[in-house]
Amino acid sequence: MLGRLTIEAIPLYSWVAMGGAAVTVGGGIAVFLLITYLRAWKVLWTDWLTSLDHKKIGIMYVVLALVMLVRGFIDALMMRAQQAIALNNEGYLPPEHFEQIFSSHGTIMIFFVAMPFLTGLINIIVPQQIGARDVAFPFLNSVSLFLTAAGAGLVLISLAIGKFSTAGWTGYPPYSGIDYNPGVGVDYWLWALIVSGVGSTASGINFIVTIVKNRCPGMTYMRMPMFTWTTLCISILIAFAFPALTVVAAQLALDRTLGFHFFTNGDGGNMMLFANLLWIWGHPEVYILILPAFGIFSEVVATFSRKRLFGYKSLVYATACIAILSFTVWLHHFFTMGSSANVNAVFGIATMIIAVPTGVKIFDWMFTMYRGRIEFHPSMVFTIGFMVTFVIGGVTGVLLALPPADYLMHNSTFLVAHFHNMLIPGALFGYFAGLNYWFPKAFGFKLDAKWGIRSFWFWIIGFYLAFMPLYVLGFMGMSRRMEHYADPNWQPYLIVAALGAVCVLLGIVCIAIQLYVSAKNWGSARDLTGDPWNGRTLEWATASPAAPYNFAIVPTVRDIDAFHDMKLGGTAYQPAAAYEDIVMPKSSGLGPVLGALSFALGFAMVWYIWWLAALAFVLALVCVGIRACDDESEFIIPAAEVARIEGAHLGQITSADMHDMRDFQPVGPASGAPLPGRA
Amino acid sequence: MNIPQFFRLTVKRIWIAGVLGMCLLLPGCGLSDAPVLHPKGPIALAERDLLFTAFWIMMIVAIPAIVLTLFFVWRYRSGSKKAAYAPEWDSSWKVETVVWLVPAAIIVVLGTLVWQSTHKLDPYREIASDKPAFKVQAIALDWKWLFLYPELGVASVNELSFPADRPLSIEITSDTVMNSLMIPALGGQIYAMAGMRSELNLLADDPGVFMGRNTMYSGDGFPDQHFKAHAMSEADFTAWKAKVSGEGTSLDAETYLELHKQSIANPVAYYSSFETDLFKLILRKYAPIVGPYESEAAELICRGAA
Repeated sequence: MLGRLTIEAIPLYSWVAMGGAAVTVGGGIAVFLLITYLRAWKVLWTDWLTSLDHKKIGIMYVVLALVMLVRGFIDALMMRAQQAIALNNEGYLPPEHFEQIFSSHGTIMIFFVAMPFLTGLINIIVPQQIGARDVAFPFLNSVSLFLTAAGAGLVLISLAIGKFSTAGWTGYPPYSGIDYNPGVGVDYWLWALIVSGVGSTASGINFIVTIVKNRCPGMTYMRMPMFTWTTLCISILIAFAFPALTVVAAQLALDRTLGFHFFTNGDGGNMMLFANLLWIWGHPEVYILILPAFGIFSEVVATFSRKRLFGYKSLVYATACIAILSFTVWLHHFFTMGSSANVNAVFGIATMIIAVPTGVKIFDWMFTMYRGRIEFHPSMVFTIGFMVTFVIGGVTGVLLALPPADYLMHNSTFLVAHFHNMLIPGALFGYFAGLNYWFPKAFGFKLDAKWGIRSFWFWIIGFYLAFMPLYVLGFMGMSRRMEHYADPNWQPYLIVAALGAVCVLLGIVCIAIQLYVSAKNWGSARDLTGDPWNGRTLEWATASPAAPYNFAIVPTVRDIDAFHDMKLGGTAYQPAAAYEDIVMPKSSGLGPVLGALSFALGFAMVWYIWWLAALAFVLALVCVGIRACDDESEFIIPAAEVARIEGAHLGQITSADMHDMRDFQPVGPASGAPLPGRA
Repeated sequence: MNIPQFFRLTVKRIWIAGVLGMCLLLPGCGLSDAPVLHPKGPIALAERDLLFTAFWIMMIVAIPAIVLTLFFVWRYRSGSKKAAYAPEWDSSWKVETVVWLVPAAIIVVLGTLVWQSTHKLDPYREIASDKPAFKVQAIALDWKWLFLYPELGVASVNELSFPADRPLSIEITSDTVMNSLMIPALGGQIYAMAGMRSELNLLADDPGVFMGRNTMYSGDGFPDQHFKAHAMSEADFTAWKAKVSGEGTSLDAETYLELHKQSIANPVAYYSSFETDLFKLILRKYAPIVGPYESEAAELICRGAA
């Protein structure tokens, strides 16, 4: 009846595991009680969970990412603490716990922090940046969210019921095969990946179609804001790369569950096939995480330098180059498998070529600041911190792209330091910049800048303290994933790294305080105009938070900096002569239901509860059928209601709220017409 | 105490602890014997030098990028009264040409370096020497390394000995999950994969003892899966040979099956002889062909049990 699920799955055997389970379950109960206490269940269900509004879906993605960031960071802190003390002793974590922790840390940070964070920001902003009222497939958007949440749920519940994988976030077979890892851990990892991977693929497709089909009049490809461009590129990457991950995970699941031999040691299996397929997804994935952050930096650096973005075309071509090249370099993750010198050299050179467009981007942002008037808003400060720190990561990346150097540094803490050096400044700082930058657009009030700056300093100092020692340890011959070690020379560096992790913890605490303080003082930090930073792109043309339909009248765009152009031309904040009825998607409870069913399916497959798996799968198909037969999935916001909402928004804007645009007025003979150099 | 106050105090304390920690712990700590920075063989030295060369070449771009970023941030801060302001300036052919071509030129240089060095330092490439290479077969087990010496007919566990004046040529496979064999002071690593044979060629400058290990996480015993590599003078190596042939037991198929069982921090062990073609049999164990087996030993090893 319950497959291999027995009472022994409850982690009563160790205090660490029990503690983790207690915190997870306790957190869940606390949230449940809080919602009940606030009597918010109905609001939560009708206004949020069932909503197909891309802005609300985006907010839910970001909330998921922030919650999982805390979980993933606790893992990091525990690892740093273990390695700081485990010189010639077992530390406080037995090997099995340590292994689960480094596996879940990587899995969570990539799949359930970075992916939902960037998908959330894209959801909130991209439709508004392209002058659209919604994404192309609003219901699919909701399904994507809840599939991602279901995957996250599987990782979380593995703490309380059973164990998580011990095979690392990359789960290389044959170690992750059934012969060497008979428990449920790897299955949890696999099904979390499969379920959330389907969601990611769907949202990639959704945004390709949204950007290609839903742009407003006048927004040609070469007038799209950089964030939209990076979103288009990564959506294409997602659509091509994630299927590889889903397939490779399904193959490993077949190996494990039905005794197939794709990746086993014997019987014709080949573990390097897994490595190839995993990294054919995995390398584009790195750019899927980083390119949207590049888009955010591009927006932020132009806005807070009070200047047009330098080298827009260059940035577009560089983004596209990176996206294409990202599919040509996967083998550099395993130069050491013993392929021929020709193969290794080709992949090494391909990897280095990516450094060129990436370097160009850094210089273009730098020249955006040149002759600007830089304001140190938290999002700008994160951007500056990124530019400086990312260069170091780029240098170490090119070092690792030299195959002979990689033979020395592969599998070492140098490698760990390198990819954290790319992903923390390159991706996470970008998301934090986006959080500070676009928060008013989502909630209608600004985040507290002081606490934002503080969080930045803790993050960046913590980053350097935590990862520079790991570079050094790589030179000293320390391998990654060591539960204990015997070389006393390593310990001082590991203690410094642990202090760095504590510093990052304070950075996270600062973000929490920032959110708390800002919410408390929201009344005094309201954004009435919808344009708190004197922004340049179209998302600032909507109210903060935007009306359900974003734009009452679909705008017409003449410039890359569309809204900046409207403010200069005096066409911003103008009521329309007449409003029209607007068709919007109705809410649907099927998204969360499909998420719950996928969770049940994954859980059942992990524990071999076949009837439940079959039931969940059939019910999911039924849900899809119901939705497909539903011809009344839309409703109409009448023109009068639109006029009322717009009137209320425009009515509260006084000329004192509007930004002074005198500095930007074109001078000389060109005034009145678009300046040369505009697309 | 309200939250910000408490926070500020905590921050102060952490800061002081961090700075003190850095001052006390970091200076030169152990770096003088970091194996990658102070290699003990020509291969590792060439790989390290390549690392350094590439690093300095990249500084041509990296240092201006960092310095200019910080300079522009300071120079064009909004409070600055002196700095020029050009809100519409958004493209320049000169700047674009430089920022595309200079990194591209550096990548051409580095790419040439990659092509040449990858061929020169191919781990499979035999090292030129007036003496013949000393051949060793390495087998990754849970969680130890087994070394077979076909030339001597002996075997050792968790200890690798070889004459310092001859190149070392290692054939590698695994009789468990993926491993990766590395002796950092002598050179880079190569994976050990079941059913597959890989190669690693190394050379030591002088006699010495070097740390070697599996760098690829492989389970609970992974942290302790290291060994000492002894590059020995001729006299020492002869003595070692005599010691191993004299005191060890024989590594026949059954003893191998015992050894194959999982063990953590396995002590060093010597065997005066080993099963004929043991390395090939371990490779054959995972080949997609099954019996008939040519010998009882083959069947024992390939089927994992009698």
